[in-house]
Amino acid sequence: MALVDEHAHPHVGHAEGHHEELGFWRKYVFSQDHKVIGIQYGITALLFLFFGFTLMMMMRWAIAFPGKPIPLVGGMFQEMGGVMPPEFYNQLGAMHGTIMVFLGIVPLAVGAFGNYLVPLQIGAPDMAFPKLNMASYWSYFVGGVLMLSSFWMPGGAAQSGWTSYPPLADIAPPGQTMWLIAMLCLIISSLLGSANFIVTIIQLRAPGLTWMRLPFFVWAQFVTSFLLLLAFPPLQAAAVLQFMDRVAHTSFFLPSGLVVSGQQLAVSGGGSPLLWQHLFWFLAHPEVYVLILPAFGIIAEVIANNTRKPLWGYRSLVYAVVFLGFMSFIVWAHHMFMTGMGTAMSTFFQTTTMIISIPSVIVLTALIISLWGASIRYTVPMLFALAFLPMFAIGGLTGLPLGLAPTDIHLHDTYYVIGHFHYVVAPGTIFAMFAGLYYWFPKVTGRKMNDLLGKIHFWLSLVFINGVFMPMFIQGLAGVSRRLYDGGASYSHAQPVLEWNVFMSVSAWLLAVAQVPFIINFFWSMFKGKRVGDNYWDATTLEWSATTSPPLAHGNFAEIPTVVRGPYDYSVPGAPRDFVPQHEKLQEA
Amino acid sequence: MDIPYTVEARPDTGVYNAKLGIWLFLASEVMLFGALFSTYILLRTGAESWPHGRDLGLNVPLATLNTMVLIASSVTVVLSWASLRLNDLKKYRLYMGLTLLCALGFLVIKYFEYMEKFHHGHYPSFNTFFAIYFTLTGLHGLHVLGGIVVNGYLWGPGVKLWHRDPQRFTNRVEVAGLYWHFVDLVWIFLFPVLYLL
Amino acid sequence: MAQTHDVESIRRETRTYIKVFGALAVLTVVTVAISYLHMPPALAIVVALLVAIFKGSLVAGFFMHLFHERKLIYWVLVLTVAFFVFLLLYPTLWELNLNKL
Repeated sequence: MALVDEHAHPHVGHAEGHHEELGFWRKYVFSQDHKVIGIQYGITALLFLFFGFTLMMMMRWAIAFPGKPIPLVGGMFQEMGGVMPPEFYNQLGAMHGTIMVFLGIVPLAVGAFGNYLVPLQIGAPDMAFPKLNMASYWSYFVGGVLMLSSFWMPGGAAQSGWTSYPPLADIAPPGQTMWLIAMLCLIISSLLGSANFIVTIIQLRAPGLTWMRLPFFVWAQFVTSFLLLLAFPPLQAAAVLQFMDRVAHTSFFLPSGLVVSGQQLAVSGGGSPLLWQHLFWFLAHPEVYVLILPAFGIIAEVIANNTRKPLWGYRSLVYAVVFLGFMSFIVWAHHMFMTGMGTAMSTFFQTTTMIISIPSVIVLTALIISLWGASIRYTVPMLFALAFLPMFAIGGLTGLPLGLAPTDIHLHDTYYVIGHFHYVVAPGTIFAMFAGLYYWFPKVTGRKMNDLLGKIHFWLSLVFINGVFMPMFIQGLAGVSRRLYDGGASYSHAQPVLEWNVFMSVSAWLLAVAQVPFIINFFWSMFKGKRVGDNYWDATTLEWSATTSPPLAHGNFAEIPTVVRGPYDYSVPGAPRDFVPQHEKLQEA
Repeated sequence: MDIPYTVEARPDTGVYNAKLGIWLFLASEVMLFGALFSTYILLRTGAESWPHGRDLGLNVPLATLNTMVLIASSVTVVLSWASLRLNDLKKYRLYMGLTLLCALGFLVIKYFEYMEKFHHGHYPSFNTFFAIYFTLTGLHGLHVLGGIVVNGYLWGPGVKLWHRDPQRFTNRVEVAGLYWHFVDLVWIFLFPVLYLL
Repeated sequence: MAQTHDVESIRRETRTYIKVFGALAVLTVVTVAISYLHMPPALAIVVALLVAIFKGSLVAGFFMHLFHERKLIYWVLVLTVAFFVFLLLYPTLWELNLNKL
């Protein structure tokens, strides 16, 4: 057999010949290039993640040392003698959730990774609608700025939790209105983005790139985009209704005869607080799959590349995520078992919830079996990917008792729930994001990140992140509620497990310290990192094999490649190397 | 490098990018209005009694007129697209102009309806019926306004594209038309739900 | 199809559009007229919604040319309609299930 490489030497600069040079603003700020937009999304989202993390670190002080002046930032609360007031704690809680989910992880997973990689992996010159792509980023940016500015509203930022349940949210200070406006901007951003992704994936696939030859990452983004497209509008509607409640004094979510602080509210009444929960969770359950599906995609790419063998059960993985996406729309009421639903409804939602765990297990199983018999390269991205598997498994399995009403009634709104979803999202999704950052860094910059710093970052993060979240299961099973300003200190049943609070808080602060090697590594490698070749990881997918690192500014590819094989042809018997790029023909000798 | 399938259809899917894009957008709009209709149903089934729009002073004849106006604008926009396909720019401008006039007329009539309500003290805060009435018609009105902006652009400065790339301009009008029909479609359901039932 | 410039077929389409417009106008008058008959609410709702659905199908089918659209668009809409039905019915079923207990 001999190897015929159709595109051995992509012509650098060939595609740039007939494009006029853009000015600074059009090139870096109001860019329509999906790569620049991806980087913009990435940087903004990382900053928001860091900010959201900072809010949490402040909360952890109030939980671990209730009533003690908070160091460093205590100056903000001079009239309280440096002690954080409970209202401020509530603001931190609501904003931590909102920022992490809507401004941090989704923009990083979809906006940054999706934007940068999807067109490259499908062999497209750009997204289908570059102008909409730019509008999507700037709508996100405006939403983020509004969200942050709400801290300076009278009465502070939103403080009714990231779920903003009425009637509490309906009568909260004006920061809540700002939250709603910011959410509308974010929803518009993700609607524009998701429609763009779907059109791009359906219409712009390179010749020969059939559906079953798509890299799994693209499939994950495809399903994610459908979730964003169809699940977000009900929250948009709900936000409009709550906005009406707050501004035009309607009563969509306010029941008749509502009494607040001993006084009957002067509203017409007749509304339903549960309506908000339906509309909110209609979005927010698919939303948790929006958080995890891109992570699956990244982990699958990293595992295939570092095991040097094809993913086990590629088709099962694809069918599993499609089914997962579909089912995620009909499980939302398992967040509402405590609202007094009828048994018929409860049975239905418990059943769908148990069914939806099946595809998740299929994905996890396929990824674990992919490791079997591999000669694994323990690179930094692979370490994060390997850690993802058990961490996500813990997060997923602890979710099962929450999906069944009898156990959920005990565990509802306790720290157990916090532990569960943080295991899915923090050592789950965020580890996957780190895996992706280390993995595609050479593609974006042409340089690799430092391995030693990466390994330090990985091991410290792994230890401390478990230190933060594992004790939450203990506290939750003991019945300690979430959202308590003093971490449960005033509740007698919480006393035996109270000592974990300091342990968790110290772990959280050490987790922040563990990010220092990453931050140093990130900036240092950007300018001084070791220069590497176009296909540093010897990968098969188009973004590595068919273009340069970083890819060509206009159009990504010197020539659109023609795909001739599936995405993970690693260690093909008889091939000259242990990987065969998707656009390379192996010829019979 | 140019983005493929902006004008001509991709052979295996049979559509051009913007057409798929607008249908996806409309799909999300279906979910948006779906959530609001769901709200309406929930509030109505949960209420002890639900008023008849007409008994609360909703003006049925005026709303019927408005329905006619919107339907007329829907047919003129599809005729304007047909004119472009017949290479008749003059007729396109005529029909698109009529569409714009109808849309503006719809908003003017809506304005008088709103003023009449406010005059009687029927604000959104009056009861849940008026709350959902103003929210649904208000949001629909915003969609009409958005349609006016898009169609106005295509009627005025947007025509330049016709002389450069007629097929692309025709596609744009088709896509804008699809959106406009959807706005009409929503009203077809809003009208009986709010005024007649 | 959007791309055909066959003059005769476009003229035929145009005549269809006018007919559809006529049908929509008549149906609007019909649905208003029926509402003055003061039927029992359940029946009135069913009749009015049936008329609205018929009118909506005319708009979607002819004006938005859904009757001659590509499979891809149908798939998008089938998916949307499935979730739309869930969204529309669940909160209400929920309420009814609640009241029974």
